[in-house]
Amino acid sequence: MAKGKIVAGCLAPHPPHLVYAENPPQNEPVAEGGWEQLRWGYERLRASLAHIEYDAIVLLSPHWQTYVGTHFLGLDHFEGLSVDPIFPNLFRYHYDMNVDVELAKAIHDEAAAAGLPVKMMENPDFRVDYGTITTGHLFNPDWDKPLVVISSNRSTAYYSVEVMQEIMVELGRVTRKAIEASGKKVVVLASNSLSHRHFTTESEVPEDMSKEHITSHAMHLWDMRMIDYMRTGQAQRILDEMPEFTEQAIAESDGGGLSWLLSTLDVPDYPAILHGYGTIIGTGNAVVEWPCHAHEVGEA
Amino acid sequence: MSSGEVVASYVVPVHPHTVLAPDQNPGWRRLRDAFDHAAETIRELEADLIVVYSTTWPSIIGHQIQADPNPEWVMVDHDFHDLGSIPYSFNIDADFAHAWDDANRNRGLQSRCVNYKGFPIDVGSVVALTLLNPDNRIPAVIVSSNMYANRSETTVLAKSCLDVIKAQGRRAVAVTAMSLSNRMFTDFIEPEEDKIHSLKDDEWNRKILEFLEQGRLEDVGQLSRTIHQQIRVQKVVAFKPMWWLSAMNGNRNDLSGRVLAYEAIHGAGGAVVHLDPTPSGAGDKEYDEDDVEYFHGERGVLDTVDETEEVQATPTAPTVEGSGPALWEPTAGEGSVNTEAAPKPVGAYPHARRVGNMLFLSGVGPRQPGTNSIPGGPIHDKDGNALNYDIKAQTHAVVDNVKRIVEEAGATMDQIVDVTTFLVDMKRDFQGYNEVWAETLGKVGPTRTTLAIDALPTPIAVEMKVIVHMPE
Repeated sequence: MAKGKIVAGCLAPHPPHLVYAENPPQNEPVAEGGWEQLRWGYERLRASLAHIEYDAIVLLSPHWQTYVGTHFLGLDHFEGLSVDPIFPNLFRYHYDMNVDVELAKAIHDEAAAAGLPVKMMENPDFRVDYGTITTGHLFNPDWDKPLVVISSNRSTAYYSVEVMQEIMVELGRVTRKAIEASGKKVVVLASNSLSHRHFTTESEVPEDMSKEHITSHAMHLWDMRMIDYMRTGQAQRILDEMPEFTEQAIAESDGGGLSWLLSTLDVPDYPAILHGYGTIIGTGNAVVEWPCHAHEVGEA
Repeated sequence: MSSGEVVASYVVPVHPHTVLAPDQNPGWRRLRDAFDHAAETIRELEADLIVVYSTTWPSIIGHQIQADPNPEWVMVDHDFHDLGSIPYSFNIDADFAHAWDDANRNRGLQSRCVNYKGFPIDVGSVVALTLLNPDNRIPAVIVSSNMYANRSETTVLAKSCLDVIKAQGRRAVAVTAMSLSNRMFTDFIEPEEDKIHSLKDDEWNRKILEFLEQGRLEDVGQLSRTIHQQIRVQKVVAFKPMWWLSAMNGNRNDLSGRVLAYEAIHGAGGAVVHLDPTPSGAGDKEYDEDDVEYFHGERGVLDTVDETEEVQATPTAPTVEGSGPALWEPTAGEGSVNTEAAPKPVGAYPHARRVGNMLFLSGVGPRQPGTNSIPGGPIHDKDGNALNYDIKAQTHAVVDNVKRIVEEAGATMDQIVDVTTFLVDMKRDFQGYNEVWAETLGKVGPTRTTLAIDALPTPIAVEMKVIVHMPE
């Protein structure tokens, strides 16, 4: 069996506004557009990977929040209605997705062997979180690739960003190890925003872009600093500054997705591609691709 | 003043073990038995409304209120999915939800109702309603916990809920779905291994329960910031449920409390506590944060407003469209009594003035502080076209405003000795006004004169001039 590999890693945020603005048939509410910079960023990401073959998507979602260990979807198929409990006016999505349980179990087993508390989620009534659905839809609207969905352990809240990152770097390492052992080609997605301070009011027309901006200058500076590290191949500096970034920008990196992603990519020192940046109800969001396939030995 | 009241309050735990696995651990069984006992008490109290404030339903855009009359789905916990599934089908009082939503906005809160098929009702609410109202006999309402909210916003949320409970004459049970200490074990444990996560958490939990058993709910509310620092995993900015529950009970410290059970659920502190409004004679409040009637928080975040310009323009600034003339800041002079909890004057005068042991109120209408909105609706639009309006709602609002001013002066409603009421349409409105009077001030017993007049300065139907005799 050939060695498995990660063909791309992406920062792929999940605010439901992006699905709402696209008006896909699966979503009940109807919009007049909005947040085009990010939606077109997702289009560029999809185009960038259109010629790359892969078998599965591995996704870590900060909206499947687990306090007792890290969990993995453990059944072949999930379908149902996902209603965002925070923005139900924007996101009521009928989902139908397949899971690569074999790969999920492989990552689960590697994590368990490394001493991380882990559990497979095998309750058929379980409702998949809207973060997974949103990123899953925007990255692959055809839903024709199986997913591995990993929960977000809330160790930042329980301990600190440093402890969270230690756990997530280890989870990233075993994720990479399991992927390589699986023989599969995989895309890994961290489904999170950057700065994450929301407005607590919503304009009458949610997609009114005249109301959309970052919540503060400080948030903008942090987002640009992180994105610049991504664009210039300085992933290690992102990890180094993760505690300050997470605390000062109230960043959604508290859920561990970004730390996990960079670890699965073995802390890349090559430039990432920024496909788009924009704010959503005040939070900072970037669609970013690390094109691993172009940086393998003999291909760079 | 009106017949509506909170007849009982409960603190209940949020995790699904009490529903799905009560017999896997003796402590979980004791919690379940306490839930069942609470359900029986609620039935005996003939409550007609259960209000759940759930800490496991976070919101960002203000507070959300469930308004689907019959939400149905199957709830599976994100962590404890292996315990099983909880199908639910609840009886939600959508009318109350919408009235609460309106009342929230009247008090300056961002608020909205949600009514969507498949809306994921949170685990705390599902557990609370499944066990406290197993036959769905009592209509319920659920409100979210705003992740950014602090004390003032949470307190005002409760006061707006009380506005509706009183206006509708409901017998309500207030429930906070919450853990005490919320630190769970971060690894998997066997049911028989369950215990409170640490001695420190246990000691704090027992101190909180000691206060509650003494009926000192407001003291617990005022300790919320300390509790948050000491025994709460910092998932949100503040530990809020006790602020809400205390405000639902008039920020009192003399309730009658009873701890029905206290046990660990995967390390977190779970308790079922009954708070009876019957005065226990417990202690006074030793420390009192500022009370708040109206939320002035971070509204207008989306729109840039020149605040300097706004303040300078206050005396002549236009009011809410159709609500009448410009508003003024109440004047301050010898003996003046003014409060943010009452609507701003339409001229240069105070809300009330004290002379000796007498308190004279300026004419009080139903306009709401902050928004200037009129409960029951204005009597005409901005073009002068007549509108249908609810005289009972307007009269209730007048009485509420009178109460706020009287209490700001340190007096009580039973010290009101004389009232002159002005109605703009005696024939249409006297009966409704008179009914509300009988339920409220009529029980106090002041002398009364009711006059028909041509108009009032704002588009309201009723105004009262009140005189209070205060003790020396």
